[in-house]
Amino acid sequence: MEIVKPLLQFLAAALLAPLLPGVINRVKAFFAGRKGRPLLQLYYDLAKLLRKTPVYSRTTTWVFRAGPLLGAAALVTALALLPFAGRPSFLSFDGDFIFLLYLLGLARFATVLAALDTGSAFEGMGASREMQFAVFAEPAFFMGLASLARVTGQTSLAGMFGALTGGTWSTAAPVLALLTASFFLVLLAENSRVPADDPDTHLELTMIHEVMVLDHSGPDLAYILYGAALKLWLFAALIGSTVLPRHSGSWAGDSALFLLMMFGLAAAVGVVESVIARLRLTKVPYMLITAFAFSALALIFQMGR
Amino acid sequence: MHTLAELIIVFVILLNLALSVTGGLAACIRLVAVQGVVAGILPLLAGDGAPHARTVIFAAAIMLLKGAVFPWLLLRARDRSGAGKDVEPLISYPASVMLCLGAFIASSWLGSRLPLPDTGVAWIVPASLATIFTGFLLITTRSKAITQVLGYLVIENGIYIFGLALFVEQPLMVELAILLDVFVAVFVMGIAIFHISREFDHIDTAELSELSDWRRGEYGK
Repeated sequence: MEIVKPLLQFLAAALLAPLLPGVINRVKAFFAGRKGRPLLQLYYDLAKLLRKTPVYSRTTTWVFRAGPLLGAAALVTALALLPFAGRPSFLSFDGDFIFLLYLLGLARFATVLAALDTGSAFEGMGASREMQFAVFAEPAFFMGLASLARVTGQTSLAGMFGALTGGTWSTAAPVLALLTASFFLVLLAENSRVPADDPDTHLELTMIHEVMVLDHSGPDLAYILYGAALKLWLFAALIGSTVLPRHSGSWAGDSALFLLMMFGLAAAVGVVESVIARLRLTKVPYMLITAFAFSALALIFQMGR
Repeated sequence: MHTLAELIIVFVILLNLALSVTGGLAACIRLVAVQGVVAGILPLLAGDGAPHARTVIFAAAIMLLKGAVFPWLLLRARDRSGAGKDVEPLISYPASVMLCLGAFIASSWLGSRLPLPDTGVAWIVPASLATIFTGFLLITTRSKAITQVLGYLVIENGIYIFGLALFVEQPLMVELAILLDVFVAVFVMGIAIFHISREFDHIDTAELSELSDWRRGEYGK
């Protein structure tokens, strides 16, 4: 029994993740007064791309082919570490939040290497920007998770979110509020959402993430799109589990509430994208430094309690 | 009650950070006003049970002064002196934030070593010290005269919060005297900035190191 539920949660997350970008797009379309793409558009795209034959440039090597696969694999592994509605996760051990960070780093590294392998000037530019912003985003994320570990006294993700209850919110509200704000900023930046990057643009001068994957096609592009959806799910799940600690004892009820929370978060991202203009490229680090400041404050607060 | 007070303390610290990154002069003036009002709520939460009528009146007076009168005076001084829209910092904004964070770390260390009576509200002493430091930061790293007044006001906010940590019940006369001092100071500085800008055509403090009738090239080299 204890293996079936985590496995089910893992599969549900892996299957439902591509819905989040669909929800975001529908919310954006609603704000713009358009009808918008179908909710399941990403599933259709993935199905179409997986049937296509990839095209490889003659300058590329095996690094280019391995990049998307490695990235998607790292994110699927990261998903297994992630607790679902405060329940034990599929894969869990002490200190696994550091493993999660390294998996995210590995996915980024694979994408960047594949981008550099094409030898295109644009892709190199995108890779350089991605790494530059990662320098600011990763410490913010790491310090946030570290202070969460400090609040709950656990070092595994499942333990942390299992120990987090409504009572924690009443005693450590400032810390958790700062953490949530920090995680949300990191979510926006890491998933190339609007204040940091525009996922819809194809203007090379301003792109960050999108420019790195220009040369991928067919199943490779499908892996990258799926990986991006998983990453969005991952960050949204971290925020969702922080904001909504589990209340009842019922597994189905908690899971339903958690899923509702995830789609609520996606809608929130859509609203942010609709009402905020994109930051100038040089201002993006400021946003991430803000996230870092929030995480650092949360950690200092928690240390001195 | 104490969770609410802690949230306010966190908000004050976030306002410090916001002050260190805000580029607009008007936005800075408003942030300082918000900080003053938020800090003014704190004495109402300090004691047990309902606050005294005296405390309420005092807090209301402070909020009115810091939230309405000071911003009005400062915005008026800004418009009259023709100061631009930006604060023109001497160091970059990320550096300001890092200094602010460092100040908070240092003051939380200092706060844990100071022999002060226990207030029951965590972080009140570090927050006040960090606020005072932010005031100093505004004074030293911004190039306009008006931001120096703002820095002074932030320092006053910090001292006010520090006073809460020391005395649960405020000595009214002392606080009123400080408030009067600050009021007169802001008033005088508002007039002084206006006159300085009329005489010198700018209020950049880096340029205020020379006498007005001394012209470069005419005397000396």
